[in-house]
Amino acid sequence: METVTLTIKKQPDLRLEAEKITPDAFAGKSAAEIADLPVFEGRETAKLGTYFDVAGKGGATAAETKIVIKGDASRVKYIGMKMTAGEVLIEGSADMYAGAWMEGGKLVVKGDVDAFAGTGMKGGIFEIGGNAGNYLGAAYRGDWRGMQGGTIRVKGNAGSDIGYFMNGGTIIVEGDADVHVATHAEGGTIIIKGNGKSKIGGQMVKGDIYVFGTIDVMMPGFVYRKDVDLEVDGTRATFALYEGDMGERHGKRKGEVIYGKIYQKY
Amino acid sequence: MAKIVTDVVCPFCGTLCDDLEVKVTDDDKQILEVYNACVIGTEKFLHSQAKDRLKVPMKQDEEGNWSEVSINEAVEYTAQMLAKAKKPLMYGWSSTNCEAQSIGGEIAELCGAVVDNTATVCHGTTLIAVQDVGVPSCTLGEVKNRADRIIFWGCNPAHAHPRHMSRYSIFPRGFFTGKGHKARKMIVVDPRTTDTAKMADIHMQLEQGRDYELLSALRVALRGAPLPEKVAGIPRETIIDAAETLKSGRFVVIFFGMGVTQSLSKNHNIDIAIMLTKDLNEHTKAAIMPMRGHYNVTGSGEVLGWQFGYPFSVDLSRGFARYNPGDSSSNDLLRRDEVDAVFVLGSDPGAHFPISSVKKIANLPSVCVDPHYTPTTAVCKLHMPVAFVGVEVGGCTYRMDAVPIHARKVVDAPEGMLTDEEFLKMVLKRIKEIKGVA
Ligand code: SF4
Repeated sequence: METVTLTIKKQPDLRLEAEKITPDAFAGKSAAEIADLPVFEGRETAKLGTYFDVAGKGGATAAETKIVIKGDASRVKYIGMKMTAGEVLIEGSADMYAGAWMEGGKLVVKGDVDAFAGTGMKGGIFEIGGNAGNYLGAAYRGDWRGMQGGTIRVKGNAGSDIGYFMNGGTIIVEGDADVHVATHAEGGTIIIKGNGKSKIGGQMVKGDIYVFGTIDVMMPGFVYRKDVDLEVDGTRATFALYEGDMGERHGKRKGEVIYGKIYQKY
Repeated sequence: MAKIVTDVVCPFCGTLCDDLEVKVTDDDKQILEVYNACVIGTEKFLHSQAKDRLKVPMKQDEEGNWSEVSINEAVEYTAQMLAKAKKPLMYGWSSTNCEAQSIGGEIAELCGAVVDNTATVCHGTTLIAVQDVGVPSCTLGEVKNRADRIIFWGCNPAHAHPRHMSRYSIFPRGFFTGKGHKARKMIVVDPRTTDTAKMADIHMQLEQGRDYELLSALRVALRGAPLPEKVAGIPRETIIDAAETLKSGRFVVIFFGMGVTQSLSKNHNIDIAIMLTKDLNEHTKAAIMPMRGHYNVTGSGEVLGWQFGYPFSVDLSRGFARYNPGDSSSNDLLRRDEVDAVFVLGSDPGAHFPISSVKKIANLPSVCVDPHYTPTTAVCKLHMPVAFVGVEVGGCTYRMDAVPIHARKVVDAPEGMLTDEEFLKMVLKRIKEIKGVA
């Protein structure tokens, strides 16, 4: 595997849009070719090399390319967008849309990510060492397909609207999550190891939510069914199972109605 | 002698009353009296007559001293600012006509700007919800003629849209609603006892920020599924009773305001309210409508919609239209230092944006186009006074139900005063010269 190291040397005046920072775009390119890739600040087009020092070269394919980003990339949007393979390691924080529409490979952010990270994600592994902003693994505006596959793990807390319109994949938040978890979800799994707030599973059609801590207010459309013993992300415990959202439409399988499920740890 | 101008449209709120009569002097220069309008509407007309009205553009220097400049200098400053910025924000548009809005869109496209209107701080969430789940709506005429179950959710028309209830929603006798308010049931959902709530048959005084739960509970009740004893502080029986009242109507209309669009849950409150409307359509006929504020904020959404495909927060910086409130919305852009110039027309962010955003505007090159002195004037570098749309110049405007109504000119603007459209056309022409496009 070849490694390309990007070290930020100039912060943008506004924010930088750099959807070309992916193993897919870097594969088969020399440092000079990578430095020549376009990035955008407002309506101005510039070169990646204007903002980053580029060292190393891309591998033959995306899968053989690793990108390491050094310095503060918290004003750089779209890192790892649509990546299909390979690795991206961001040593600091990233701005909005990190890993948006990601399809494969591994994206690791040591710091925080801003909103819309993992938007419409389809596959791959996405790890966030700090906190995630709002709309993690959610659908893009107007799309009814949120996160569809892959795994997102947040070591810190997550903002509101995680898994909005989610229909596949897994989101694990080791800290707390803000309001609106899996609103409109039609599948997928969300595990919140800290506390949840209110509006969890609202308008949920299908999917599983696990909450280890408290839930401020349970949605009125969720009905307690029974207690279950489960192992969830390495933790064995007894959970109270709620099904819902009773106000929402639901499909049937083998004559039985399929509901969304909230499991709350005792 | 004085004369009466009839069928005047009120350019204040989204009710866009079109039955006003205005008494003006024979020379078309002065408004003497306004009939049929509510107090706010009347004041809008009379305010155009203020003696201390700003008539010449004013520019602020580094030290904050204001001096008069010529119209050409104002055009030049505005054009240079927009042409040079990497990502200018062009905000407002809700208090002007569609003609001016469309020129604004042209400038924005040419300059790679973000165009955003006041929906960004009021009903933008509604527009997001509509894009997510669709919307069964209707016109205010249908409400007047057919609706017998009216909900006001998180809005207070008695104060914000004073003639809404008398013209359309509660009191009028329509074709199929001959008994007027006697045959209508009125439900108000509001944590406060507003003057609107005092008139309601059912007032659900819910806990602040629990609208989403209550809307969900109504959907659950409609499906006959079990409910907890209390939701949002409202007893189960009241919720079931409200659901039954709605089901038993011939035509339900849900009107909603900023009490739900800008409180906790924002767009989700609206998308679940729309889903409730959809559910009600399995039992009777139901529609839902936002109580839009500015008289032509709906028009701005329509114009941006046909120009760029999205109703607000349109980011054109990359040469194609992008739309993602939270990223491309005015306050997020200002908060995150993502824009480097601000152009305001037909609204007052100085009064309505958070102070942190207003401070950002104060530190950027900025232009305010407005007939009035406003709090925005104080933070902008240039203030360009213009004629009052709907008073001194006519034009296309859209009512809250998206019905276009042509506003009328009532009196002449002061001598030499440009309209929004004329000023924007001059700016567009100059930008084309600067950029060397034909
Ligand atoms: S209700 Fe609105 S449109 Fe009608 S007169 Fe009053 S302010 Fe004007």
